[in-house]
Amino acid sequence: MSTTGVAGEDRQDFTSRENEQIRARSLGLLQSLVKPHRARFGWSAIMVVLSTAAQVAGPILIAWGIDVGLPAAVDNGNFVPIMTIVAAFLATGISAAGFLALYTRWSIAMSQDILGELRRRIFAHTQRLSLEFHERYTSGRIIARQTSDIDTLGELLSGGLSNLVAGLLFLAFTAIALVSIDPISGIPLAIAMIPIVGVTLWFSNSSRREFRASRIYSTRLIIQFVESMTGIRAVKSFRREPVDRESYADKVEDYREATRRTIHVFGIYDPALKAIGTLTVSVVLLFGAFRVIDGTFEVGALLAAVLYTRRFFGPIENLAMFYNSFQSASAALEKISGFLDEKPSVIEPLNPEPFNATSGDLALHNVSFSYSAGTPVLPTFTLTIDGGQTVALVGPTGAGKSTLAKLISRFYDPTTGVISLDGRDLTTIADADLRREVTLVTQEAYLFSGSIADNIRLGKSDATDAEIEAAARAVGAHDFITALPDGYDTDVNKRGNRISAGQRQLVSFCRAFIANPRVLILDEATASLDIPSERLIQSALQKLLQGRTAIIIAHRLSTVAIADRVLVMDHGVIVEDGPTADLLKGTGRFATLHRAWRDSLV
Amino acid sequence: MPFAGRDMYRLVAGMAIALVSSAFALGIPIALEALVDGPLSGNNPSLVWPAVGLVALLGLLEALFVFLRRVTVLTPGTRIDSRIRNAMYDHLQNLPVAFHDKWQSGQLLSRANSDVSLIRRWMSFGLVLLVSNSIAIVMGVGILFTWSPTLAVVFLVCSIPMFIFGSRFRNRFAGLSRAAQDQWGDVATSVEESVHGIRVLRAFGRGDDSLSRFAERASLGRKLEVVKGNARATLTFWLVWIPDFALATCLLVGVWLASHGELTTGQLFAFFATAAVLAGPIESIGYLLALTLEAQSGLDRIFEIFDHDNSIIDPQKPVTPKNATGSLVFENVHYRHSDGLARDLLNGINLEIRPGETMALVGATGSGKTVMTALPARLYDVTLGRILLDGVDVRDMELETLRTRIAMAFEDATLFSDSVRNNVLLGRHDLRDRPPAESDAVLAQALSIAEAEFVYELPDGVDTVIGEQGLSLSGGQRQRLALARAIAAAPEVLVLDDPLSALDVETEARVEAALRKVLATTTALVVAHRPSTVMLADRVALLDKGRIAAVGTHSELLASSAKYRHLISSLSDEPINPDDEVGS
Repeated sequence: MSTTGVAGEDRQDFTSRENEQIRARSLGLLQSLVKPHRARFGWSAIMVVLSTAAQVAGPILIAWGIDVGLPAAVDNGNFVPIMTIVAAFLATGISAAGFLALYTRWSIAMSQDILGELRRRIFAHTQRLSLEFHERYTSGRIIARQTSDIDTLGELLSGGLSNLVAGLLFLAFTAIALVSIDPISGIPLAIAMIPIVGVTLWFSNSSRREFRASRIYSTRLIIQFVESMTGIRAVKSFRREPVDRESYADKVEDYREATRRTIHVFGIYDPALKAIGTLTVSVVLLFGAFRVIDGTFEVGALLAAVLYTRRFFGPIENLAMFYNSFQSASAALEKISGFLDEKPSVIEPLNPEPFNATSGDLALHNVSFSYSAGTPVLPTFTLTIDGGQTVALVGPTGAGKSTLAKLISRFYDPTTGVISLDGRDLTTIADADLRREVTLVTQEAYLFSGSIADNIRLGKSDATDAEIEAAARAVGAHDFITALPDGYDTDVNKRGNRISAGQRQLVSFCRAFIANPRVLILDEATASLDIPSERLIQSALQKLLQGRTAIIIAHRLSTVAIADRVLVMDHGVIVEDGPTADLLKGTGRFATLHRAWRDSLV
Repeated sequence: MPFAGRDMYRLVAGMAIALVSSAFALGIPIALEALVDGPLSGNNPSLVWPAVGLVALLGLLEALFVFLRRVTVLTPGTRIDSRIRNAMYDHLQNLPVAFHDKWQSGQLLSRANSDVSLIRRWMSFGLVLLVSNSIAIVMGVGILFTWSPTLAVVFLVCSIPMFIFGSRFRNRFAGLSRAAQDQWGDVATSVEESVHGIRVLRAFGRGDDSLSRFAERASLGRKLEVVKGNARATLTFWLVWIPDFALATCLLVGVWLASHGELTTGQLFAFFATAAVLAGPIESIGYLLALTLEAQSGLDRIFEIFDHDNSIIDPQKPVTPKNATGSLVFENVHYRHSDGLARDLLNGINLEIRPGETMALVGATGSGKTVMTALPARLYDVTLGRILLDGVDVRDMELETLRTRIAMAFEDATLFSDSVRNNVLLGRHDLRDRPPAESDAVLAQALSIAEAEFVYELPDGVDTVIGEQGLSLSGGQRQRLALARAIAAAPEVLVLDDPLSALDVETEARVEAALRKVLATTTALVVAHRPSTVMLADRVALLDKGRIAAVGTHSELLASSAKYRHLISSLSDEPINPDDEVGS
């Protein structure tokens, strides 16, 4: 089984080699995200070091206060030493707080920058990935990557990646401070490291497994949530609620159990560290106490030694917490890095020459297409469409018309053969250039949140209001738009229910109209329109298509009225091809189809 | 706390256990003091062992109770979390379609997922620690008093500014955290749209634009998080510095007191050891306060959803029609969107569909056809007037009954990530307890009427998983499955919203022929754009400006209504003359 890309996303039973691979991939991603922030990372680490140093100085100063300042004051009435020590304590306190505050500011800004960059990468990659990928990878999964996985990483970063550095330094500082005050106390501390490493290894393995499971269940939860909220009408009218409720509750329970386990594992790890800590403190205390009684050790120093040993375990617990969220985040990073690892099957050329279509000649040479090897959707064929021609593409559903449209607009690349526009292979044209010249309008007219005008502007980002209105008038959308509460500024989200399927198609037509491409492909773009609207579109198209190459797929054969040429497809093969008038006069499939359609109009 | 139920007791128990563990932690300095002032000053080695043993015991007990706290709080925390998730999902599923029209799933998801997780973290971690740390601080300060009341007072007075900064932080942070959560909801919506609308973005090459719009939203979220972080940084500064300042003052005063013989070294030692134990809880208050405020605004956001009342609910005294003939009557039906124009979209619809009759609904784009078809099954409720099914107001019927009697096929065919079989038999809950042969027969018949036999050629036949998580189908294929689903439901009333728009002429003709048999015995309301679909109907209703302008057979309306002719047959009076177009 493969672990490349998103494959194996739902598996939990990785072999150790696969584990290595996945870990390396996600660590690589983390590294590439943190790398640009090295300088800031360094600075915030320095802040932590300084703050830590200042905090470590605290117990020393208090110990001095008791060992030096107190006797001086009690015995000689000399308050100078204690005053000095208190002043120093105040100074270290303010610097500890100040550096810590600075560190907090910087590390949060840094972690937000890292998250922002990752969000951007996922988003851009989503847009880059081919349609083929999106057809099998649910929207819910991408949403899960962008929300809950990112949140998880955010928990790690807000806990502070620099916390790691800080914790380690704190450990080092405290250990050094302890040893410099009392080398003997260092021995139990060193011995304590053995069980600490032991429990940490156990925790590392168990938590990775549990967090991975938790990510998988969380994704499933999100997938179902998104699906039932988007399909709420069907859910309601077919009374799917009880079924959905049950399966959602099952998923929630799986997720709950997985979450419970992740917390439980840490719930064992954390007190275990505490227990080890307490035993170490006791041993230090024991040795210290006997030496104090022997008179070879000061009480103040013992206090400092005990405080240091206790403090040593503070950062260890922090490190444990860091490690916990690191494990959680790496489970999320595994999924994200897998997603980012997916290679688009339609690849942008590396150094494309700029392209401007002139005539709009389309040529498909020896093209074939299949989704999976062995089952061709379109067997090998060759087709040329002269610039300026309007071609109607007809045939039964499933004949491969939409596939052909998607090949020409390079949503897919052909399995074999070459498609060229003006003699230039589509695969050598920059995406931006290609999209400017070739536009595909499909039946599903998706509206994005924002105003109607924004949605039309999608066709041409710098379109003026006047241009937008002109386009809307041309396709007959102006009337319904002005009847909306805020006209062109109506927010489609808040009033989405007011915009019918037919109206959405009109808006999507406006987009195509304003985009003004060289090659226009309409795939069932008028299916939801009523006849008057369709007629308006027809006449608008007649103007729009002057001098343009157009491919029109429509079940309603009214379209052929404006076509110069008709292609009839069946089972992926072009079975008839000729000027509309010729085919109409003949007795072939098209003539039959057209007659049947004419009859259906009465 | 709603959703907690009896788990609340376990949470309280968790707090109590947390307190015990802090009590053990606080006991350690007391044991230390006993050690310093006892065996150490008295040079009594025999007492060292028990004293150190006590310290070790207290520490181990602390660890044990930390473990117990986690175990106790763990299950209720996650259980409350799932309870909220389930309740929210239920509530959202029950909320009317009008609600879902306005809320994108991204915003809902951020509440049902991120906010709920936040509350779980707070419940099982924040709340418990906040309470137990606060009590620990109070207890610790109490112990400070036993060492030296004077020093304790000094410590307290010096700590007062913390409260000022704390409450200042609170006021500032609450608003920020709400704004940030809302923003992330918008970001989730952007993501959702960019995926659902990917074909449009691809077709127009607008990926970069949508990326920059997304980046804009995300960077606003980032900005809010940074401001939040700065507020936390400021609070951290004071929470670290003020206790240190208090300690420094105490050190000075303590030494002075000791020099006057009012304090022993051991007491001074213990005072600082206790104060050191307090530093942790005090510093943690900053983080816990932030978490609490975030959880609070998360809870507010969740309750905003719960506060949306479900207006379409079962009646208190449901009425079931005596006979199930399938007559559907619109009586003076008005409909107006709750937040929309000041005019009614449907303005006094009167229409009677007789049992077994098929009524076509014809009207211009945007004339309210789709809303009208959504009213009988109560996807929306009428604003005024009523709809009667078999003589009973649909609002007086149980939703389950009503929606069993009325089945719908929508123009945009929603298929669920499930097998073909389950998608088509979605409305047939009754078949689940029947022999498989029976459901196979229903399935086969529905598929055959809808001309959806292509499913048998799918990799796993009718058990192939389709929908978003499965095999992707063409628009025409999806539409036929949605039609099969409505037919399989075998309802009294079939409501079809332009059900054949994506079919080619030949398939459409075949579907129509088969559908005619079903419609002969079933009451149906069919939205039609094409004459061919109208031909399925016994009568046609013309919807114009929110009213039924005319009702009659197709030929009657063709003869009597110019508007109808314009809507349904205008293309045919434009004879096709391809010769004119050649060379254009």
